[in-house]
Amino acid sequence: MFKIAYYPGCSGQGTSLEYDSSTRAVCKALDVELVDIPDWSCCGSTPAHTVNHVLSAALSARNLAQVEVMGMDKVTTPCPSCLTNLRTAAHKMEDPGFRTKTNALLDVPCNGNVDAQSVLQVLTENVDLELVRSKVVKPLTGIKIACYYGCIMNRPPELMRFDHHENPMAMDNLMTALGAEVVPFALKVECCGASYGIPRNDIVTRLSGKLLDAGRDVGADAFVTACPLCQMNLDLRQGQINHALHEKFKIPVFYYTQLLGYALGLDRAVLGFEKLCVDPRLALGKIKQPAQAR
Amino acid sequence: MRIGVFICHCGSNIAGTVDCPSVAATALTYPDVVFSTDTMYACSEPGQDAIIQAIKDKNLDGVVVASCTPRMHEPTFRRTVERAGLNRYMFEMANIREHVSWIGKSKDLNTGKAAELVRMAVEKLRRDKPLIPKRFETVKRVLVIGGGVAGIQAALDCADGGQEVIMVEREQTIGGKMAKLDKTFPTVDCSSCVLGPKMVDIAQHPNITLYACSEIEAVGGYVGNFQITIRKKATYVNWKDCTGCGLCVEKCPSRKLPDKFNENLCNAPSINIPFPQAIPKKAAINAESCIMLTKGKCGLCAKVCPVKCIDFEQKDELINVDVGAIVVATGYDLFDWHKYPQYGEGRYPDVITSMQYERMLSASGPSGGHVKRPSDGKEPKNVVFIQCVGSRDKSVDRPYCSGFCCMYTAKQTILTKDHIPDSQSYVFYMDIRSPGKLYDEFVRRAMEEYGAQYVRGRVAMIYPKGDKLIVRGADTLAGTQVEVPADLVVLAVGAESAKGAVQLGEKLRVAPDQYGFFVESHPKLKPVETNTAGVFLAGACQGPKDIPASVSQGSAAASKVLGLLSKKELESDPAVSRVNPARCVGCGKCIQTCPFGAIKEVQDRFGNPKAEVIDTVCQGCGICTVTCPQGAIQLEHFTDNQILAEVNALCPPKMFANYE
Repeated sequence: MFKIAYYPGCSGQGTSLEYDSSTRAVCKALDVELVDIPDWSCCGSTPAHTVNHVLSAALSARNLAQVEVMGMDKVTTPCPSCLTNLRTAAHKMEDPGFRTKTNALLDVPCNGNVDAQSVLQVLTENVDLELVRSKVVKPLTGIKIACYYGCIMNRPPELMRFDHHENPMAMDNLMTALGAEVVPFALKVECCGASYGIPRNDIVTRLSGKLLDAGRDVGADAFVTACPLCQMNLDLRQGQINHALHEKFKIPVFYYTQLLGYALGLDRAVLGFEKLCVDPRLALGKIKQPAQAR
Repeated sequence: MRIGVFICHCGSNIAGTVDCPSVAATALTYPDVVFSTDTMYACSEPGQDAIIQAIKDKNLDGVVVASCTPRMHEPTFRRTVERAGLNRYMFEMANIREHVSWIGKSKDLNTGKAAELVRMAVEKLRRDKPLIPKRFETVKRVLVIGGGVAGIQAALDCADGGQEVIMVEREQTIGGKMAKLDKTFPTVDCSSCVLGPKMVDIAQHPNITLYACSEIEAVGGYVGNFQITIRKKATYVNWKDCTGCGLCVEKCPSRKLPDKFNENLCNAPSINIPFPQAIPKKAAINAESCIMLTKGKCGLCAKVCPVKCIDFEQKDELINVDVGAIVVATGYDLFDWHKYPQYGEGRYPDVITSMQYERMLSASGPSGGHVKRPSDGKEPKNVVFIQCVGSRDKSVDRPYCSGFCCMYTAKQTILTKDHIPDSQSYVFYMDIRSPGKLYDEFVRRAMEEYGAQYVRGRVAMIYPKGDKLIVRGADTLAGTQVEVPADLVVLAVGAESAKGAVQLGEKLRVAPDQYGFFVESHPKLKPVETNTAGVFLAGACQGPKDIPASVSQGSAAASKVLGLLSKKELESDPAVSRVNPARCVGCGKCIQTCPFGAIKEVQDRFGNPKAEVIDTVCQGCGICTVTCPQGAIQLEHFTDNQILAEVNALCPPKMFANYE
C-alpha cells in the first residue's frame, strides 16, 4: 500500500465536495492511502501571492512543515491551484534568504524536504494502468470524453515537472484504460477564465465557451477535468455561457475521479454526481452495459 | 646579439590601458636589447619602414614587436624583417593587445604585464636560430566535398582554371537543397532551370570526376599533398552500365519508403532516381526497404533492366586519391520543428515545413505543382506562414538568424497567390530581414502587390477546429491577440549544421563552432580559409547562406585553390621537430604518439633503431618532444631551452646568499 500525506484544499470542503470524496474513494480502491494533514490551513490561493510573496509562501509552507512533522516527504492535493502554491513555496524557499524570511513567520520552520504532487500524478506514477484496467467493473465503453487539464496543472513545466506542458496525456491514458473513447480535444491546457467569473464574467463566458465549443466540435459527450475552478466555470457557469453566447450547450463536466470511481464500481453516494449542475444522466446513459459492450 | 624592440600603440587599442613609452624604456634594460621604441601602428607602412630602418641603422640581428596576436600579423612582420635582410625566424611577437590591453583595466598592472611579456619574447629571441623552409611540390588536384550549389560553383571554377577536380557527394545526386526548390528569390526564376545546366556541366566537364553516394572515409597528409580515402557506398546498381532509363523504378513493387527528396510528402520505390534532372542519372537501391535485400526474393528490377546492371552482391568500395587542396561545401540541414510543442509536434498533417511546401509548389514535385493539403487533398485558401521556427530562439539553442527565411517566405506568399489566385497568405514574423540587392523591394511586393498580410508577433499555438487549423498569436503592433483560421500552415524552418559535419571536421582538422558550422580563419579577412592550410570553406557549411552568397563563396574558395596550386612548389614550415640521433635511444614512443604519422624508424650506420621526422608531414605540434624520455626530439623554434628561458624570464630563479 502506497502511503502519502493528503492536502484537500479549501474547495474540497465546499464547492468541490464531490471531487474530495471521489478522490478519497478511488485512492482507497487503488491502494493509495491518503493521510490527512492535521490542522491544515489555506494555501494562500490567488489573493495571497498578489499581495505578498513571503506571506503567500508562509501560508503554504505551514502545511509543508506539518507534513514534515508527520515524518513524511510527499504530499498530494487534488487541486492544481493548491499544488501550484505548495510547489512555488517550496521552490522559492530553496533560496536561503527567502527561507529565513518565510520561516520567521512560522511556529514550526519548514525545511523544504516535502515534494508536493497532484493526485493525478500520484495515480499516474504509482498505480499501474494494467491494475486499473483489471479493477474496472463497469467499463466506460460508448462515452466520448474530452480531457481538459486546465492551464496550471502542467505549467510552468520547470516548476510542475509532470506530463507534457502543451499536450498532457495522463487523463487521456487513464480514461482510455477505463474503456472510454477519448476525443482529440485540442484545447487541453487553455485557460477557462479562472477566477474572473465574478469581476469579469464576460471573460469566463468567452473563454469557457470556446472550450465547450471545441469539445462539441470533436463530438465529446462529456468533459473530465482535474481542477475545481475549471469544473465550476464549465459546469456551474454553463447556463451563463449559453445566455451570453446564445448557445445551447448541455455537456456535463465530471471530475476524472468521478468517472474513475464509476468504472471501478464504487458507491454512487461518494461520487457525488448529484452535485453537478449540468445533468450527467444523458451522458452516463451512453455508457453501454457490460453485457451490451460485449 | 643586437635586439630591437617595438611597442605598438595600436591607436588607443593598446595605448589606452598600457603605458607604451614606459614599456619601451623598460625593454631597453633587457639583455642584448640595443634599441627600443614605441610606435603608433607597427603594422602600417611607415611602421614597417621604421622597423627596417632601425635594423639597418642599428645593425640589429633580431626584432621583437609587442602588439596584437601573432595569428593576425606574425606573417606581416616576418616579411618585414626579411625585407631588411634578416632571417624571418629571427623575429618574436609579444601579444599585449588580446592578452593585456583588451582584458585588463588597470594601467599599472597592464604596463607591468606588457613589459614581462616583452621580456619573455626577448629571452626566446636570444635563442632563436635562422631557419630555412624546405620546398615541396603540390598535387594538382582538388577535392570538393558536397555537391550543392556552392560545391558545384567551386568545382566548375577550379576545373575551368585547369585543375583536376574530384567531387564527393553523400546523396545519390548532386544539386543539394537548391535542386529541391521551386523558384528562387528575388527574381522568381525556376531553381532547377538555373541549376540544371551547372549540374550537367559537372557531369560533362573533362576535368571533373564525380563520386555520388560517397563519403569521406579518411584524410591524411597536409597542404599540397592530402591523401583521401573515399567510401563509395553500395548502390546495388552497376553505374557504369546504368542508362538511367527508369524502367526498374517504374516496376519496383516496394513503395513503402518515404521519399527523402520530396521531403517525405510521398513514398518512393526502393530502387529510385530522385528526380528527372538528377546528376548522375543513375538508379540506386535502398537496402533497408528492398524486398530482395531484406527478404531474399523479388529481383524484379534485375529482370526488367535492359542492360542487366543490377548487382545485389555489390559492396562498399574504398577509393584512394591524392589531392593538393580541399573545398568543404557540405551545406546545412533544416531545423527539426518538432521541438516546438505549440505547433502540434506532428499531430496535425496540415502543418508542414517550408521545404515541403517548396516541393508542393514544384512542377516536378509529388503533386505536380498543385498545392494540396496533406490531410484531405483540398486546395487551401488561407495559408499561414510562421517565421523564425528554429531561428533567433535561445530556448531551442538556435539564437542565430538563419538569414534566408524572411526572403523565401515572401517568395512563397507570392507563389501561393500565383497558384491559387483567391488565396490569402498571412505571415507571422519577428522582424523582416531583407538586406540584399532587390531583397526589400521583393518583400514589399509580396505585401503590396500580392496582398500578403504580415502580422508582427509569435504564434502561441495551433489547434484544429473543424477542418481548419486555428493559428493563435500575438499582434505586437496592435497589442492584441489574433486568431487566424488556416487551411495550411507553413513553418519557415531555420538552418542548422549538416548532419555529420562535426565528424567530417575532425577528419579534416577543421573546427566547428558550437552549432556545428565550420569556423573560418578570420571572420572578415579570411572568410573561406580555415586554420588548416589547404582546406577551404564554401557555402552554408560555414553559416547559413542564401544562394547568391553560397555561389560567391564557392567562387572565392576556387580562387584560393587556384592561387595555391598555381605555385609549382610550396614552402614547408621549418618549425618542425628534429631528432638528435646521438641522444635517441630508439624506443619508438614518439612514433606511437605522433598524431600525423610524421615520425618513422630508421637505422643508423651501426644498425641501431633511431627516430626520424618527415619534415613535410610534421605539423609542429610538439607532442613528441614531451613524450621523448631522452629529450632527443626538439621542436625547432620552440626548443625546451627557449621555453625554459621564457619561464625564467617570468619567474627568475631565486638566489639564496645565505643558508643560515
